[in-house]
Amino acid sequence: MRGRVLADGIANGTALVLEQPLSLWGGIDPATGSIIDVRHPQLGRSVTGRVLVMGAVRGSSSSSSILAEAVRAGFAPAAILLGEPDLILAVGAAVAEELYGIRLPVVQLPPAELKTIPDGAPVSVGEGGEVTVG
Amino acid sequence: MRLVVRAAEVLGAERLIPITRAHVDSCLYHGEATIDFVRRLIEGGAQVTVPTTLNVGALDLLHPELWQGDPRAAERGRLLMDHYRSLGCQPTYTCAPYQLAAARPAFGEQVAWAESNAIVFCNSVLGARTERYGDFTDIACAISGRVPDAGLHRTDARRATLVLRLGPDLPPALLEDDSLYPVLGIVLGRRAGSRVGVLDGLPSRTSEERLKAVGAAAASSGAVAMFHAVGSTPEAPTLEAALQGREPEEEAQIGLAELRAARAELTTAPGGAPAGTPIGTVSLGTPHASLEELRAVERELAGARPAPGVELLVSTARGTLAEAEEEGLAGRLRATGVELLVDTCSYIAPVLRPSPLPAMTDSGKWAFYAPGNIGVEVVFGSLRECVRSAVDGRVWRDAGAWGAT
Repeated sequence: MRGRVLADGIANGTALVLEQPLSLWGGIDPATGSIIDVRHPQLGRSVTGRVLVMGAVRGSSSSSSILAEAVRAGFAPAAILLGEPDLILAVGAAVAEELYGIRLPVVQLPPAELKTIPDGAPVSVGEGGEVTVG
Repeated sequence: MRLVVRAAEVLGAERLIPITRAHVDSCLYHGEATIDFVRRLIEGGAQVTVPTTLNVGALDLLHPELWQGDPRAAERGRLLMDHYRSLGCQPTYTCAPYQLAAARPAFGEQVAWAESNAIVFCNSVLGARTERYGDFTDIACAISGRVPDAGLHRTDARRATLVLRLGPDLPPALLEDDSLYPVLGIVLGRRAGSRVGVLDGLPSRTSEERLKAVGAAAASSGAVAMFHAVGSTPEAPTLEAALQGREPEEEAQIGLAELRAARAELTTAPGGAPAGTPIGTVSLGTPHASLEELRAVERELAGARPAPGVELLVSTARGTLAEAEEEGLAGRLRATGVELLVDTCSYIAPVLRPSPLPAMTDSGKWAFYAPGNIGVEVVFGSLRECVRSAVDGRVWRDAGAWGAT
């Protein structure tokens, strides 16, 4: 699959498919990588090193900071795959690269293609939005 | 400027347009990355080029004694707030800049606002135009004075594509109950996601406080950056106007059952916290209380004090507090045992007294985020229910609007 690059980079990881949208602010603790939103069905799961698959986005405009801080602290996801464009996450990744030289690819895929990625599958993301499952 | 151009690429804009104001959310400390970023701006000699207000920070700078957490975290939070002031931003420290007369953009003004609830209010209630900007982008736009010509800056993107009609089974009394509005916002956010929706069936000229509650909740449960309410918001004098004369992509009804379920979900305390459940805390003012809401707290208290051991806290802007001081309202509230918090919010700063009992709130947003942020169980109710519950020390339920609970 080839998606639209919102932040470029290379990453490998296991897919964590979110069952519901998650606001990173109020949704993950950047100091641990755990999901802390008590209403989220995946409460307590860790996003660290995972390829986070989010069909829809939601929530706070502070999520850019949370993503950059999670990168700095070493608890960020390896990559984020989205079903719709999101400036807030794209900029969080861009700032993390600028400050710390660590790239976290954020790629937008057509929702129908995003849905084909099973939870727990190995996923690699290449330059230019190339996404390979399996 | 590089960040603004990056934003333009993500949003698919072909050019940049000038803005008249900005509202910056980046001043809230989320770890050292937030300080590393602003230091980079300061080292580059950056200054904002348009009038720029600041969102809440990590602590109440006017009442630092309220801080009960790690002193080092307070020091980092204060440093970040100071750094943003040094870039030329105004120290407003409020998530409701639209309640400050000097910071309110006029209809049609192009601005760059961050803070999810402020974005929705700006677009929906004021009819000024902002995209859904986040941390880092907000200050980048304030420094460059420009935004991408895309998204909600353009008229076509402000068209409602989703019509949500209030069902005929909603009792008229419910439309007059404050607690309907945050619940309606939660449902709107879930149904709309990032689309622009139009609510049809609300009373015309619904108050700014109620529209604020809808927007704050919708931006918590969804990625809503704008909604219309027929007869209340400026781009929706009629349903046709909100749709810009076109057909909607989806039409749906919001019935009483869906609203009741959403209201129940806002309470996390065990057993749904029926009337009589002991509470330890009441937190109001998320987003920051307006002067009118501070007056409502006084009215509902009617001279009574919170029960012994119960903390009643209201968050507001330092600008609003100054007005409340002037009319004697702040002093009267404090004299009846109300704590007033400014510059921050009670689900961000460690200011609430530790209590094993649940906390009650009238805010959909607070109910959404406080359990994860500060580890409290939440009970949701109207402002009246919250204030009376604080006085009783137990959950008090209004028998009216929602029916038996």
